[in-house]
Amino acid sequence: MTLFDLFKRRGSAPVARERLQVLLAYERQNRNQPDLVAILREEIMAVIARHIQVGQEDVRVAMDRGDTMSTLEIDVNIPNGGALIAA
Amino acid sequence: MGKVVVVTSGKGGVGKTTSTAALGAALAQTGKRVALVDFDVGLRNLDLIMGAERRVVFDLVNVTQGVAKLPQALIRDKRVDTLFLLPASQTRDKDALTEEGVADVISALREKFDYVFCDSPAGIERGAQLAMRYADDAVIVTNPEVSSVRDSDRIIGLLDSRTLKAERGESVNKHILVTRFDAARAARGEMLNINDVLEILSTPLLGIIPENQGVLRASNIGSPVTLSEPSNAAARAYIDAAKRLEGEDLPVVLPFQRQGFFDRLFGRRAA
Ligand SMILES: Nc1ncnc2c1ncn2[C@@H]1O[C@H](COP(=O)(O)OP(=O)(O)O)[C@@H](O)[C@H]1O
Ligand SMILES: [Mg+2]
Repeated sequence: MTLFDLFKRRGSAPVARERLQVLLAYERQNRNQPDLVAILREEIMAVIARHIQVGQEDVRVAMDRGDTMSTLEIDVNIPNGGALIAA
Repeated sequence: MGKVVVVTSGKGGVGKTTSTAALGAALAQTGKRVALVDFDVGLRNLDLIMGAERRVVFDLVNVTQGVAKLPQALIRDKRVDTLFLLPASQTRDKDALTEEGVADVISALREKFDYVFCDSPAGIERGAQLAMRYADDAVIVTNPEVSSVRDSDRIIGLLDSRTLKAERGESVNKHILVTRFDAARAARGEMLNINDVLEILSTPLLGIIPENQGVLRASNIGSPVTLSEPSNAAARAYIDAAKRLEGEDLPVVLPFQRQGFFDRLFGRRAA
């Protein structure tokens, strides 16, 4: 921390308030909705499993919520050798 | 007909049990007939905070299952004779309580008491939902801290959807009780501002209870802080909150650090 930081410090409370406002607005909106990431994960798993032999732990679905846009990240680990299933 | 008040929070360790005991005792001392019901099945603690741990014979589950009659299970406080406790069971079976069983006990208590306080377990699952199920009022215990406020928001969502009142198209009367408020840290901007908390949760304030050593002392000796140290800052804040619950229109004052020059010099904190 620089001397300047010490002077301009207004505390961390305003940051806490802002984070809460954004988060709760989202959570309230989605409160009675099913968990989108869980549904996507399940359906993506099913599609992949039709073609490739993968375990639950080989598929990772992550969501990063941004202000104007969100990203959905899908990570599939395909074991080497003979795991492909003929479609 | 008595009023059923659930003391809830979502998050654990924020002060639900402390607040149940302190508010209940404060009201009982004004002559109201008060029953405190511990819904924390498997983790009962209200008996300990009330200093009644050695007098527990029957519990809430026993009554709902017909093993004991309500009057046999209610423990009368030794200090205030209008104050009673219905302890939680120590069973590990989380399904020991049923909705019908709880409904019967609550309606019987409603007949006999002016206030029935339900001390909720932490979480948002079945136990917490049963504790709030028949509530008229809810005291939402919140610490000025992000995770506690988030959990309070979820609890508010449940109060507005899963209670009998909500299902009948009415609504539970909700109040925020801010506890463990540290005036010094708030002044430094390290703690969420009370107005921000109220605005975020859009729920009115019942009181602000300062962080205070007296609360721990009271729990050590098994007494609600409002009985053992009624002039202590936390106790006074609880007594005022109890009056507001009664409908009294008392202004809420921010607890401030009563720290004199000598206290500061010797690093001692005002009680
Ligand atoms: N105002 C306060 N000042 C200091 N300690 C407090 C205060 N309120 C609660 N505590 C302490 O916090 C801990 C958790 O309180 P408790 O009432 O058991 O919470 P909960 O029932 O929500 O889990 C206890 O050790 C209690 O003594
Ligand atoms: Mg508790």
